[in-house]
Parts: sequence; structure tokens; C-alpha cells
Amino acid sequence: MSTDTIISIRNLYKVFGNDPQKAMALVHQGMGKDELLERTGHVIGLNNVNLDMERHRIQVVMGLSGSGKSTLIRHINRLIAPTEGEILVDGQDVLTLNTEKLRELRRFKISMVFQRFALFPHRNIMENVGYGLENQGKTKKIIEETAARWIGRVGLSGFESHYPGQLSGGMQQRVGLARALATDADILLMDEAFSALDPLIRTEMQDILLDLQNELQKTIVFITHDLDEALHIGDSIAILRAGEIIQTDDPQNILMKPADAYVADFMKDINRARVLRVRAIMNTLEPGDEGPVIKGSTTIEEALQIFAETAGDKLIITDRKGLKVGRLTVEDLIRGIRRPTTAEIQAEVFTNET
Amino acid sequence: MLWSSDFPQIADTTLRQLSRTIDRGYLTFSREYGASIEAFFDPLLHFLIWFERILLGAPWWSVVLVTAAIGYLAARSWKLFAGIVIALCLIGVFGMWENTMRTMAMILVCTLLSILIGIPIGIFMARSNRGQKSILPVLDVMQTMPSFVYLIPVVMLLGIGRVPGLIAVVIYAIAPVIRLTNLGIRLVEKEALEAADAFGASRLQKLLKVQLPLALPNIMAGINQTIMMALAMVVIASMIGVRGLGQPVLQAVTNQYFALGLFNGTAVVILAIIFDRVTQGFGLRLQKHREGAPQ
Repeated sequence: MSTDTIISIRNLYKVFGNDPQKAMALVHQGMGKDELLERTGHVIGLNNVNLDMERHRIQVVMGLSGSGKSTLIRHINRLIAPTEGEILVDGQDVLTLNTEKLRELRRFKISMVFQRFALFPHRNIMENVGYGLENQGKTKKIIEETAARWIGRVGLSGFESHYPGQLSGGMQQRVGLARALATDADILLMDEAFSALDPLIRTEMQDILLDLQNELQKTIVFITHDLDEALHIGDSIAILRAGEIIQTDDPQNILMKPADAYVADFMKDINRARVLRVRAIMNTLEPGDEGPVIKGSTTIEEALQIFAETAGDKLIITDRKGLKVGRLTVEDLIRGIRRPTTAEIQAEVFTNET
Repeated sequence: MLWSSDFPQIADTTLRQLSRTIDRGYLTFSREYGASIEAFFDPLLHFLIWFERILLGAPWWSVVLVTAAIGYLAARSWKLFAGIVIALCLIGVFGMWENTMRTMAMILVCTLLSILIGIPIGIFMARSNRGQKSILPVLDVMQTMPSFVYLIPVVMLLGIGRVPGLIAVVIYAIAPVIRLTNLGIRLVEKEALEAADAFGASRLQKLLKVQLPLALPNIMAGINQTIMMALAMVVIASMIGVRGLGQPVLQAVTNQYFALGLFNGTAVVILAIIFDRVTQGFGLRLQKHREGAPQ
């Protein structure tokens, strides 16, 4: 697959305080964040963040609260201005845009879904979903048609004249999603969009999102603190800690090769059998291997199920094109579920660094 | 005289001189510009007179019905409709119809003027912290300064009559609209504003579609308070020649006619209740989105 970068964040710093520029100079001189806080009272929100995001994919940014993830996502549509750095959207640095151009960007190119929905309580569902289109200057007829279509797509037909306060949290966030999708923007920013929802509703919303994404092929930046969610929907995951990106990789690699003990610690409660795909742990195909053929995207859990139901002692793995590329035994699968030990991770980090 | 026993004050002659200079300066100013300032307020006077004529000229039953209908439309309540009909008829039966109509005209014009001036000032204050800092003390002074004190320069400038009365009432009553518009806009949830920004709203779009609608409950409360304060001013305004329910009350005070005072005072209260119910009913209806889920 060709790499086609749509959003590119370069050397991004955000310092909070009275005189960020002065504090920035100290940071460049190598002052650490603790010392900076103690000496000047400034807080480093984002510390030299570099991140490239590919078109049509879901980039998850994951971190605990206070890691700067919400700050980071707000830089992309410049709801927050950085202290230093570049944010390129389709090659255009959003920091050089004037007010009018920035408005255009927010109206047509980037839309957003918020953690606490941020619907307009005085507008009914139809008017909420049509809000972005109003700002675009569309005619009333087009606004209503488009809004009605998206309300239907998120499964809320019949609720057009209800007000947000009359809907449940899950329904409200569907409205938030419809409002963001209605503007037909290429880029969708989702700031902990499902974090405020019950676990069951959250999974349901994730599936709705993946369903829509299959068809719409947007570029989605998804912020979350929930690792299960990140692994479920992310094509790529960036892990943020204290304003710094520690690792950016696809979910399989993050699980198999955590960059350091912090990331590994994150992963320790994850049900690896359910998340890991067989292609991440398979061995090379040897001549004469026979057995049930499964796709590389099958999870370990599903593969074990297949073993339980069939007689053979091997599974044959195919790649995206359907070519046979690997093999797995029951022992391989069980070994795949095992978590790497701290010693192994440190050894891995050591070999990476040398 | 010892400075420690008596407060060291400016000499009487100096003080008299100072007062006289201020008075003379203001007198010159009012002689010079009084006419042009009066001309400036002329359209307002015409509007007030025109409105008064409509209320007094139309048949009484049509005024009763139209007022009650407005009440119904604002609050969607037949109870309010019936209440207004009964209350206005009672006022008429007790022979206070004409004065009530004059007061009603006055109050409505004052309220309209207060809204037209007050809401833009409130919006400005909400947008600028410095604006808020400089306007708030002015509002405090306007609300606490005894109204007679600012009646004096207004009367010196414009003589007695409807327009000075109008100005005095507006000065007294405008503060709540300004304060609550400012407060209402400042209290709009940050999330809604951020969403408006994220979808590329311009400042004007944000104001008209998000800030003002969400501030409306507070603004309506401010308008309601303004109307009540305007009504409270009618008696004082009658001292400078504003005709209406205030005049008989003033007459009753000076001649100790208890019953006359009571009747006219009650008429003011009835007007207040009507205005209050209509504006509050309207305010509630604007917030239908805050109701719970429909069953």
C-alpha cells in the first residue's frame, strides 16, 4: 500500500504559562520539564511531537489523562495554537492560514466529534446535524436533505425534531457523528468520542464508525485512553506520555514489540488472543504443510477455535491476495498469547538503540 | 476652630462658589444645546404619542382582546388569557382605563428602548473584559444614585414632559438587561462555543446562532426585571409631568386620599403581574428544548 501522508505534525511544542516563548528557549537549551516547572512555572503540554498520518486510515492517539492527547488533536484544526512547530494538512501549514482561510479549513476540510458531544441544546437534531452546512453557506433545501440522510445513516430517523436533551448519551453521540460527517470533510477529528458512553454502547459506536469508515474512507484521528478501543479501531496507534510520543506503530507491532516498559505495562491487561492476528506470529511455510487455510487477519482466539473443531495439527495462513504464506501449530498460538517479560523488552530496547 | 475637633472643610463661600460654577456651566450647556437635544429625542416622543393614541383611540374591548391574545401567544395558556381579560376589565370598571393605557404605552416604549440600547451594550461587555470593568461601575451608579438626582439635569435640559420622564425611566431600568445579557453570554458552555469554532463559525454566526440563543433565558430574565423597574418608576416620573397611573398616586400622597392611592397602586401591580406573566411565559416557551424526553 502506498504511503500517502495527509496530516504531518513536525517538531510540535506547546508550553503553557505566562511567557511560553521564553520557556521555549530554555527547553531548547535542554532544560527538562520538571526543572522548567519548578524554575519558571511553565508546563510543557507537548514536547517535540512528530507524527505523520496516512490518508483514508484511522490514526489512534492513545494516552492517559494529562498526556496531552486532547491538546494535540486541537492543534490540527488550530483550536489551540502551538508554541512552536508545523502542522501540515495536505501540504498546507495551518499555522500560516489567516482567519478566513482557517474558517474555510474548518468548514470544508476538517470536522470534529467531541467527548461530551457538544451539541447545541437549543437546536433540534435536524438543526444540529445541519449546523456545519449552514456555516458552509448551503441552501436550506440542501441542508435539510443532507442532514436527513446522515440522521438516517446513524440510525436516528424519526428523531429529527427532538432536542439533544431528550436523547440518551449514545444517541447524542450519533448526532455528533452525523453532524461531523454531514460537512463531507476529508478529515474527522474524534476527541475521546466514545469515552463518555457505557461499554456496550461504546462497542456499538465503534462498529458503527468502522462500518461507515469502510464506505467513506475518511482520514480519522481518534483520541482515546482506552487500549481495547485503540486496538479495535486503529490502523495505526501513537502512544503519548507526558506530551511525548513514545511509539507509533500498527496495533500488532505495538503488542508484539512494545517500545519500552511503559508501553508493555499498558498492554499487560489486554486479551492478546482476541487482538493479535495470526500473521503477526506465523512461521514460514514449509514444503508439504497441509491443513485448514485461514486468512492472516484471523485472531488467535478464532484460530484456536478452528483447531478445536478440526483434526489437523497445522493451520495454513494466506496473505491479502490469498497466497499461502505461513503456518502455525497449536504451540505457536499458545506462545503468541504469552506476554514478553520485562527482561525481554529491555533487551529489545537495547538492541534497537545500538 | 481646631482641626482635631471639627472636620476641616472647604470654606462655605468656596463651596457655594463651586456649586454655582457647576450649575452655571450646566445651565449654559443646556441653553446652548437643549433645543438640539430635544430635537434629537423628537422621533421618540412622536413614537410614544402615536402609541398612546392607538391604545386610547381603539375601542376598549379590542385593546383587552389584543393584549390577552398577545399573552396567549407568548405563553400558550388560556388561563393567562382569561386572567388578562378579567384584570383589564376590573381596571376599566374602576375608572382607571385612560391612565392605565398611558402607563402601558410608556412602559412598553421604555422597555423597547432599554432592549435596543441594553442588549448591544451587554454583548459588548461579554466580549471585552475591559469593557465589563469600565461599564459595571457605571451600572452600579445608575442603580444606586437616587433617581431624583438625575431627574434634575434631565429636567433642566429638556423641561418637564414625557421625554425627560422616558429618559429617567430608561436610565433607572436599563441596568438588568445589560447585566443579564452580559452574564448570559459569558455563561454559555465552552463546549458549545468550541463546537461552533470547530465547524468554522464566524464571530457573527457564533453570536447569532449559539451565544444569543443560549443566553436567551438570562436575557429574558433581564427584560422582565427591566419592565418591573420601569413600572416602579412611574410614580417618580409623574413628578416631572408623565401622565398615567403615577399622577393620581402622587395626588393621593399629597392629599392623603388613601382609597385613590390604593386603587391606582393596585392597577400598577396588576400591570406588573400581566407583564411578568407574559414575559416569563414567553421565556419558558423559548426553552422547550430543556424539557425531558417526550413520553
